[in-house]
Amino acid sequence: MDHSPNARAPLHNTGPLHRLSSLLYRKPNLYLALLLIPPLLWFGGVYFGSLLTLLWQGLYTFNDFSMTVTPTLTLANLAALFQPANYDIILRTLAMALAVSLASALLAFPIAYYMARHTQGKTKAFFYIAVMMPMWASYIVKAYAWTLLLAKGGVAQWFVDQFGLTAVLQLILGIPGVGGSTLSTSHLGRFLVFVYIWLPFMILPIQAALERLPPSLLQASADLGARPWQTFVQVTLPLSIPGIAAGSIFTFSLTLGDFIVPQLVGPPGFFIGSMVYVQQGAIGNMPMAAAFTLVPIVLVACYLAIVKRLGAFDAL
Amino acid sequence: MHSNPAASGQASWGLKLAAWAGLLFLHFPILIIFAYAFNTEDAAFSFPPQGFTLKWFSVTFARADVLEAIKLSLQIACVATLIAMFLGTLAAAALYRRDFFGKEGISLMLILPIALPGIVTGIALLSAFKTLGIEPGMFTIIVGHATFCVVIVYNNVIARFRRTSYSLIEASMDLGADGWQTFRYIILPNLGSALLAGGMLAFALSFDEIIVTTFTAGHERTLPLWLLNQLSRPRDVPVTNVVAMLVMLVTMLPILAAYYLTRGGESVAGSGGK
Amino acid sequence: MTLAVQFSGVSRLFGSITAVDRVSIDIEDGEFFSMLGPSGSGKTTCLRLIAGFEQPSTGSIRIHGAETIGLAPYQRDVNTVFQDYALFPHMNVLDNVAYGLKVKGIGKRERHSRAEEALEMVALGGYGERKPAQLSGGQRQRVALARALVNRPRVLLLDEPLGALDLKLREQMQGELKKLQRQLGITFIFVTHDQTEALSMSDRVAVFNKGAIEQVDTPRNLYMKPATAFVAEFVGTSNVLRGELAKRLTGSEQPFSIRPEHIRFADDQAAASGEVEISGLLHDIQYQGAATRYEIQLENGQSLSISQANDQWQEATPAHRPGQRVTARWARHAMIALREDLPHKGR
Repeated sequence: MDHSPNARAPLHNTGPLHRLSSLLYRKPNLYLALLLIPPLLWFGGVYFGSLLTLLWQGLYTFNDFSMTVTPTLTLANLAALFQPANYDIILRTLAMALAVSLASALLAFPIAYYMARHTQGKTKAFFYIAVMMPMWASYIVKAYAWTLLLAKGGVAQWFVDQFGLTAVLQLILGIPGVGGSTLSTSHLGRFLVFVYIWLPFMILPIQAALERLPPSLLQASADLGARPWQTFVQVTLPLSIPGIAAGSIFTFSLTLGDFIVPQLVGPPGFFIGSMVYVQQGAIGNMPMAAAFTLVPIVLVACYLAIVKRLGAFDAL
Repeated sequence: MHSNPAASGQASWGLKLAAWAGLLFLHFPILIIFAYAFNTEDAAFSFPPQGFTLKWFSVTFARADVLEAIKLSLQIACVATLIAMFLGTLAAAALYRRDFFGKEGISLMLILPIALPGIVTGIALLSAFKTLGIEPGMFTIIVGHATFCVVIVYNNVIARFRRTSYSLIEASMDLGADGWQTFRYIILPNLGSALLAGGMLAFALSFDEIIVTTFTAGHERTLPLWLLNQLSRPRDVPVTNVVAMLVMLVTMLPILAAYYLTRGGESVAGSGGK
Repeated sequence: MTLAVQFSGVSRLFGSITAVDRVSIDIEDGEFFSMLGPSGSGKTTCLRLIAGFEQPSTGSIRIHGAETIGLAPYQRDVNTVFQDYALFPHMNVLDNVAYGLKVKGIGKRERHSRAEEALEMVALGGYGERKPAQLSGGQRQRVALARALVNRPRVLLLDEPLGALDLKLREQMQGELKKLQRQLGITFIFVTHDQTEALSMSDRVAVFNKGAIEQVDTPRNLYMKPATAFVAEFVGTSNVLRGELAKRLTGSEQPFSIRPEHIRFADDQAAASGEVEISGLLHDIQYQGAATRYEIQLENGQSLSISQANDQWQEATPAHRPGQRVTARWARHAMIALREDLPHKGR
């Protein structure tokens, strides 16, 4: 190869892009700033601006007689959150969110465990896609599908009739706090829909957590004399808790703010989401709606603080 | 040796059954939607379906309100996706390597719109638009959608960035490429499929979104809003069924494509969720 | 002799950590120069400073006389072979090699023929269509080499390029690299933590420790005349004796180094003039194939290694057993006085 000095004279172009590149290379902070400015402007302006506007409006006064909002600051809306009626709404929503999270975790664990520990190659890919597809499939259509399933004369009833379980179903629907007059107007029905819709959000983080668990750990446990169930309780389960916690962020937060499913399935009685929706829409009481949104924000913040201790953020 | 839970060996019958039953549970309602779209019956949702027909498809595509809603949803999803791809890629490029003050705060900020219930984002945007005197409509829907789609693109792109060895970028510069050439010849080709996958997921997410949209739509009616409206007025169930199936397809197919684009080690969209 | 690379008082700080501490080196044009040291000793950072991936916190680096402060990697006439090779996965081998020419605006025909030529130089002619993923580790390493050399740099930087290869391939590549360097006559700066590799390939070696340079010298001098205890112990193995013991043997408290293979057992003859001896308890014998190593516990608790070549084809009956009291003896001139270890010295 030719290595005379002439052959290696550097051929640097001097176009504007090149000069800009060199400037940004010399000033990495400028480069970083240029990258960050658009997203920061968008999120700072659009998102945080909106959140602050919302919280500020929670302090405005709503006149019940004239049905108008005046920008006089008051704490009345916040105080109203603690009225028994509103308190009931919050408790009902919270109970549902916790029940849904718990049930999702129980249902998700075997699927996730099977995926992580007993599938390989093509089967693993199949399971992965088979969980991802329902997760991304349209939320509203999934909710709609359940109205079809649970409707009178619908699929669920057909199966119940086929297996001669009508009496059992009636018995379950008779339990106060769980049942209702029909499946589609019962707490149970609403609970089923929520669990169905958010279940994939629980499966994937648990699966990921189990997948990260090195097989040598389980072999070590077995080697040290633990029986399979002891290994499961002492090693597998504790190490999958971050995954469960991460998944529950979704199931909890998504249930807490939902107002479509409670509107379509289940007995009457507001959820936090429906209350916000009705306050700002039908009633036009934006301040009360704004105050009400504080509830899910605070609850989610508390929840995040709890699951952070369980290592949820490392498993996201 | 006794059964070893570590090996991908034999699962107990109970576990196997639970896993496959779980999959069935996840897919059964979706199959029902597909079945009903071809049902001959025109009034009730009785089960099992009575017969097979394609006539509801032609009925659906003759409906002006359905076509309007589809067109609007497609437009919104396209614009929101483009904005999200731009902002998400910038954020990923800024955050993936250098440590600086406030970095964690920024990544938290990106996740917030999907970590907080959609209703919070929705009503916050509405109150801001009202304060600013902006009439809700297509523009406001796009702003809302772009906001929560950013994190989807961001997650995909930053995963690819992290998987791509930084020495590739150094090697490019070492061989004489400036920042722009390195971006064009090295970073973009390596990022391409992740960016596309993120874009498709963002598209699916936007196309289907209803909670935030409820607040920011004003008088506009996206496809999910049209569907929701149908549910409270069960007049033309067959048309609703056909639309439901179409929406299902539009939201499910991108996940397949995204999976094949980003296959090999990184999560598609598992974390961050939707 | 012109200088290829000149470091003058270069330091690089990462936060409060000093990765490179007041380093000054002159690397001559056409030299095979190695930077040797344990991981975290600053050798790789020095290489990255030359390449332009890092900028020095203080000091100056000249490449062929030109100051490089503030210059980006693409503005420097040096090229790097990366430890992980850093081949672009989305390009085939030919495009990888031609990349440097492409970004300099050289036409397709010329850059492809030059890339093909470079591939032939590393014995990979005809591999151009393959993707990096389809190559073995050794082949990737050659592609990385061809990709750097096709730009005809005046200085080639190699960051532990043989680290990922197995021993056989590694020894083969050492020979080829050395041959290539002689053939091209350009400066090679080679970073490694493997002292055998550094000794066998280099014209000169800089030994790094804690960000600073302990000694820059030819391989022979590094081994025969280590300047510090660190060099004596890092390059090969050595007995470093200090304090009282040193005073008794040399008359000075200055620490000294004695190589294990320069010590023998005193057996029965009396000490010749110009020899010193010391006795202790033989507590371990390790058979190492070509040599046998004996560990002797001295009276002050320190351990002394003796290495004896197994250079007879017959298996000799071991003359010594652990637990025995033995006397070790060596020539006075085999002891190398060492500089006292001082923290944070320049060079």
